[in-house]
Amino acid sequence: MSETKPLLQSPSVDFDHRNFDWYVDKFIQSIVFIAGISAIIFIIGIFAFITIEGFGFLLEDFSFREFFLSPFWEPSDEDAPEYGILALVAGTASVTGLAMIVAIPFSLGAAIFIGEFATGKLRESLKVLVELLAAIPSVVWGFIGLSIMNPLIIDVFDVPVGLNVLNAGIILGLMAAPIMTSIAEDALKAVPDRYREAAEALGATRWQVIYKTVLPAAKNGLLGAVLLGVGRGFGETMAVLMATGHSVNIPGSVFDPVRALTATIAAELGETAVGSPHYQALFTIGIFLFIITFLINLTADLIVRGIRKG
Amino acid sequence: MVNIGLDVASMNEPAVNISSVPNTKLEVSDLTISYGNTPALSNVNFSVEEHEIFGIIGPANAGKTSFLKSLNRMDTFDSNMTVNGQILFNGLNIQNLKNIYALRSRIGVVFPLPVGLPLTIYENVALSPRLRGIKKRSELDVIVEQCLTRAALWDEVKDRLNSLGSLLSGGQQQRLTIARALSQAPDLLMLDEFSIAVDPVTTMRIEDVLKELKKDMTIILVTNLVQQARRLADRTAFFLEGECVEVGVTEELFTGEVNDQRTRDYIEGKFG
Repeated sequence: MSETKPLLQSPSVDFDHRNFDWYVDKFIQSIVFIAGISAIIFIIGIFAFITIEGFGFLLEDFSFREFFLSPFWEPSDEDAPEYGILALVAGTASVTGLAMIVAIPFSLGAAIFIGEFATGKLRESLKVLVELLAAIPSVVWGFIGLSIMNPLIIDVFDVPVGLNVLNAGIILGLMAAPIMTSIAEDALKAVPDRYREAAEALGATRWQVIYKTVLPAAKNGLLGAVLLGVGRGFGETMAVLMATGHSVNIPGSVFDPVRALTATIAAELGETAVGSPHYQALFTIGIFLFIITFLINLTADLIVRGIRKG
Repeated sequence: MVNIGLDVASMNEPAVNISSVPNTKLEVSDLTISYGNTPALSNVNFSVEEHEIFGIIGPANAGKTSFLKSLNRMDTFDSNMTVNGQILFNGLNIQNLKNIYALRSRIGVVFPLPVGLPLTIYENVALSPRLRGIKKRSELDVIVEQCLTRAALWDEVKDRLNSLGSLLSGGQQQRLTIARALSQAPDLLMLDEFSIAVDPVTTMRIEDVLKELKKDMTIILVTNLVQQARRLADRTAFFLEGECVEVGVTEELFTGEVNDQRTRDYIEGKFG
């Protein structure tokens, strides 16, 4: 320690020699890179896997007409197995549709309350509770469908069975609502406060401000939230398996039991011989589900991205 | 002014007019504003007359914007903001109005940075009349054209009324917000440093517009451009660090007839 040493002294640097820091940097970079692209690897891997597993069926027993247009899913028929997913698609669609009817008003209302009206502690605790609701395992929801909703529907509507479209739709709607609320609230939060202030300065009431300026400004994000809910509905398995009644059927009313695409895979895959046409047909359903949910999520993502840019 | 059937009686006008001077639009006494424990403005006492342009000058953090916020009760946005004292608007104490939305609808506000609502040009101007319940397209058309004309914007946008307001240039957007404020047919127009984001030519155009509007309404002009206050304001208040230092006839202030040395220094550009 010499007292005349200047504060900043040019350190001696070897420009042509890689030191420890250089290697650490390279190492961290490659780890982060692998983690970063792992999502792509997994997506491609999963798609490749289900395609390969379902490939034999696609080549031999698959008939476009039968697969999409036949309402008969009878893969275990010894003589003439039928692989029609029309009833399963109808099951999934009806349950998801009803779920959205339940979830959209709930989640938009909750998002508007949390984002626009609630303040301080109430707002913070509501947000935490919504996140908590979103984290409830789907089997718990299925359990509620079986043991609470089932007798309730039998009692209230005087029908023989309570495991049906209505039951699964309500359960799925309640399941999808929290995540939709969360995303819708983000969309509302993205609307700048100056819009609200400008509209209030015109003499608009709170509801007029929301209705005339906030909702139109947030509409893409809200649409994205709804689409993610739809995606959730299509992909949900356990709760739907437990609450729909699980019988292949094109529903005529909300009190008819149905069977969903996902539930079919979950229930049957364990009982089939690996590599059999039935096994491969289930994987073909998997491919179909994969494409549908991928498209829904992609659309939702593009819409949500759209607002961020615009 | 555009006569669009305003129902002023809905503002609970008291049977006896409290204000002794009928021409007083605004009477502020002992006004104190604070955010939490931090005072932002204190002991403001003055009144604003009808058909007057009342200028407020002062450097940043003087409390000018807080003052405007207290006038149309924008303090409800900020739970942290407390307003004490008395503000009489048309003789009514605005602190205990039952319907602050009605109050706000009578006061037009132009913010420092133009806020084009995410609507078309037409809808930006038609929003306030619609909120008042005017639904007829023909009536709205008239209001929109009149307000845009008065804000010196009509010629530039008449062919694209249905494009988004946010696509206009900064200066045009600021005139759009003025048109929107005019569509309220306000009693009082408050402008908060409107020329910050506007080029000098547009600023002069807007200033001409304001001189015209004075015939129909009272204007409070907050500005950080001392010369703008001189050009426009009949009387001017000087705010400094949360204090209303002085209120006087603008021309007198600018010719050196001031009570406080700080006012003279600020006007002469010695600080600020």
